[in-house]
Amino acid sequence: MNRRKFLQQTTAAGALVGLGGLTLSSFKHDNILKRITILHTNDVHSHIDPFSASDGRNANKGGVARRATLIESIRKENPNTLLLDAGDIFQGTPYFNYYGGELEFKLMSMLKYDLATIGNHDFDNGIDGLYAQLPNAKFDFVSANYDFKNTVLDTHVKPYKTFNKNGIKIGVFGLGIELEGLVGKKLYKETVYNNPIEIAQDMSRILKEEQKCDLIICLSHLGYYYKNNPEIVSDLVLARQTKDIDLIIGGHTHTFLPKPTIEKNSKGENVLVNQVGCYGLYLGQIDFYFSPNEEKKAKGTTIIV
Amino acid sequence: MKSRLILILTTILFITSCKQDHSINKIVGKRNSITDSLQTNKDIEAFIKPYRQSVNRDLDSVIAYSVNTIAKTDGELNTAIGNFMADAVLEMANPVFNKRTTKDIDMVILNHGGIRSIISEGNITSRTAYEVMPFDNSVVVTTMKGQQVKDMLDFLATKKRAHPISNLKLTLNNDYSINSALIAGVEIDYSKTYHVATNDYLYNGGSRMHFLKTKDTLYDLDYKIRNLLIDYFKKIDTLKPTIDDRFIRLKD
Repeated sequence: MNRRKFLQQTTAAGALVGLGGLTLSSFKHDNILKRITILHTNDVHSHIDPFSASDGRNANKGGVARRATLIESIRKENPNTLLLDAGDIFQGTPYFNYYGGELEFKLMSMLKYDLATIGNHDFDNGIDGLYAQLPNAKFDFVSANYDFKNTVLDTHVKPYKTFNKNGIKIGVFGLGIELEGLVGKKLYKETVYNNPIEIAQDMSRILKEEQKCDLIICLSHLGYYYKNNPEIVSDLVLARQTKDIDLIIGGHTHTFLPKPTIEKNSKGENVLVNQVGCYGLYLGQIDFYFSPNEEKKAKGTTIIV
Repeated sequence: MKSRLILILTTILFITSCKQDHSINKIVGKRNSITDSLQTNKDIEAFIKPYRQSVNRDLDSVIAYSVNTIAKTDGELNTAIGNFMADAVLEMANPVFNKRTTKDIDMVILNHGGIRSIISEGNITSRTAYEVMPFDNSVVVTTMKGQQVKDMLDFLATKKRAHPISNLKLTLNNDYSINSALIAGVEIDYSKTYHVATNDYLYNGGSRMHFLKTKDTLYDLDYKIRNLLIDYFKKIDTLKPTIDDRFIRLKD
């Protein structure tokens, strides 16, 4: 592992000024930090078995049973862990064609996934096919910009969900990609797509001001960035045009980010954007360390990626 | 008075909005690789096993051999894997179409994004067809007039992607304008109608190929692309497609 580590000191000047007389106490400070671990996958596309040794590109990589081992050991180290998926759980191996997503949902439940959002391929057996598999999922789905009011999914998919881990309140909302032109209308039926930026602004306000969340996460299936069509809503565009979101976990574009991207939001604050490619080849991990507000004299966050 | 009330209200809101009990002090991000250095979880493995055995019995008989590893990223405007898929659709779907209509398919267009996997050098099984074409799309033949054919050529020229085509030869100038376009080796006659094979996903607006949905006759061959590929593999025995000159851009 010779991955280059770098430190980014945000609001550096403010932090230095604020820290004035605190340098000694900052040692014991580290002990009282509360750690929340966010684990994430995206675009697993029914890849349950590892790639075979003869695979031309991903030989011996991936596999749900191995991912389970890793997740178990991370949870043992820090029970305050959330496991999330950013959509396109379905479609990509014969397991989906034979069993319609049953095995994918059952395995994710065994791995104790906490939450997922819906990708375009999760409509591949129609909205009815997705609905039929919901009893196999012991985790919830969130999507804030798909309006399912006139579909079978009505009331089964919430815009957001909040979690309490060790006194830290975490709010997670979902965003999905425009379905027209990507998925047949007869598959998504009366699902209505709403503008992700406007919805995200609503969500971050609700989660921050009404729900008083300490950590706000967006589970997105919008795609990382469209270089040739930068006007299309993507995770980077979303990060820049919104506020109060701490982390955007993305999918759809199968983008292999070796480390999370740090973007500035509309208030000039940092947002992390991450995506781990596809097919369960990687498990993303972001650890957030929280300090009680009264302990906090300086408004600086250290980001190590 | 009213504006003052709003001011007070927003001030209260602002103060309470800062009532989060904790703030983020440090963030550490990393990526964990899932490789064979990780132990296999026995319970998960045991749960998958009966599903796997049932699927494998069906899929793992060898039906052809691939001479090379081919991927959709290996070419600018046409790729070996895309050429094979479009050619396979022409070869396998045309007899079905001809038998039903006594007409012939003039050309094939598919989408680059629809090639969902590489094909590795070595044995090809039914599983290969599932990996390349996991979707349950089937072959349709649409009837296109001159304007729609023009729209299709413009689409191909502006997207600059290696959308798989067969029996169409499209040559672009260096600036991506159209230099020449032939169907079955003959200059396109825009007063004629052409029978273009594609899949139902693209016909219904997928990948924004809106030119495919015309007011003229649509023939649904009820032949899944994946089954077509399995039939093609069984027929050819050895797969050795190449990048050729069916869709190119002239340098200078």
